[in-house]
Amino acid sequence: MGNPLEAVGRTVLVQVRTMGRMAIFLGSTALWTVLPPLKFRRIVGQLHFIGVKSSSIILLTAAFSGMVLGLQGYYTLRKFGSEALLGPAVGLTLIRELGPVLAALMVAARAGSASAAEIGIMRITEQIDALEAMAVNPMKYLVVPKVVAGLIALPLLTAIFDVVGIFGGYLVGVEMLGVSAGTYFSEMRNMVEMSDIRGGFLKSLSFGLIVTWVCTYKGFYTGYGAEGVGKATTEAVVLSSVLVLVWNYFMTALLF
Amino acid sequence: MIQLIDLCKSFEQQQVLKGVNLTIPRGQVTAIIGRSGGGKSVLLKHLIGLMRPDSGQVLVDGTDLGRLRGKALDQVREKFGVLFQGCALFDSLTVFDNVAFPLREKTRLSESEIATRTMQRLEAVGLADMPHKYPAELSGGMKKRAALARALIHDPQIILFDEPTTGLDPILLNSVHRLILDAHKRFGFTAVVVSHDIPEIFDIAQTVAMLHDGIIVEHDKPEAIMTSANPIVRQFITGASDQHGQE
Repeated sequence: MGNPLEAVGRTVLVQVRTMGRMAIFLGSTALWTVLPPLKFRRIVGQLHFIGVKSSSIILLTAAFSGMVLGLQGYYTLRKFGSEALLGPAVGLTLIRELGPVLAALMVAARAGSASAAEIGIMRITEQIDALEAMAVNPMKYLVVPKVVAGLIALPLLTAIFDVVGIFGGYLVGVEMLGVSAGTYFSEMRNMVEMSDIRGGFLKSLSFGLIVTWVCTYKGFYTGYGAEGVGKATTEAVVLSSVLVLVWNYFMTALLF
Repeated sequence: MIQLIDLCKSFEQQQVLKGVNLTIPRGQVTAIIGRSGGGKSVLLKHLIGLMRPDSGQVLVDGTDLGRLRGKALDQVREKFGVLFQGCALFDSLTVFDNVAFPLREKTRLSESEIATRTMQRLEAVGLADMPHKYPAELSGGMKKRAALARALIHDPQIILFDEPTTGLDPILLNSVHRLILDAHKRFGFTAVVVSHDIPEIFDIAQTVAMLHDGIIVEHDKPEAIMTSANPIVRQFITGASDQHGQE
């Protein structure tokens, strides 16, 4: 058995090296994003994959998240005789927190995992080597379109999540539990401010970057064979989800 | 012409290349033979800058690949075509799109010119009737041919073949060799073929180099290699198992 101190040191070194490599990967992605030519068709393709194809799962989770918020919000507010505040409670919760976070987690689970697996398989089957051998930059061809598409798609998906969630809350609060429709929306309009929407937008933008950056990185530096790709895919989803939740705390502390 | 000078490469504790010296003449087919896991593919990846040596030089027409980055490296790479061991066809693209890929990415040709040239290359490798198939729908031999068409599409000066016949039956093996030979006669490129198909490789190569234990132990014409007195070369060619029980 080796020296425990040595093992701790080795683990720390590996983590520091990984963080450094991830930072270089992000820097390289940023550089290749601004350098021409822009792979416009690839970006549109990825927008379809990350954005359009995630919309059904976003609609479904948004509707049920809004409905459960309506239900829980109503029962909690009723204890204080404040059912009229159901609209703002649902709206603020979705716009500030749940919309950006849940949309990002859904995109990580669906498009992020697929991206990590796709790039990972390309790595182990020498398709990335083939790109390089053809003088085609794999960062520009594979990574940049996914990251740019993530930056565009996630704020849009978040907006859809917020709107559908608010109507989910309306369905339960107004249609099922009897809160007045006028109160639900007018109180929401009074209490939700532009800064809340801007905060939610900035969060979703940063989550779009985190999810696509982590997932493409994990795929790009996958291990060997099918097991390596499987591990990279799992790590991509877990790490991007954890980073989204941690970063969300700091964004909330800074923005609101 | 490609020159390798004292090329060394290690992976953690294992030194794979221990000072490779080799000159690959222009316009000829050079075969690199040697045992599996002996570093042939690693050597091939150095020729196109996919790996960088720990020490030594790879000179392509006098340019040291190890010193090049970015666009300068890309310019040298554009001289190359590569047929990878596993074909490395893009599995989300059809055969046609795979073969057309280098032209779409690296040239300003119109789509009709690209289509004409792609179909010509597909005809040359006998795949003209299946441009819309995906790599997963092709047999091993068809994949090799599609990969060869892609490697040939931009008329490269140098083509690297990494074990082009691995996993093929003897009939397909000969057909791929014949394809390489025909393409070489037609387009006149410099070819480097990594292979352990003995003796078939001697029919298509004009020079043969044997890589063993990280160095080139013999480099000569096929006839000379076949009659070599070097015990390592003899053992490899005759397929005799060594005394340590290795296969």
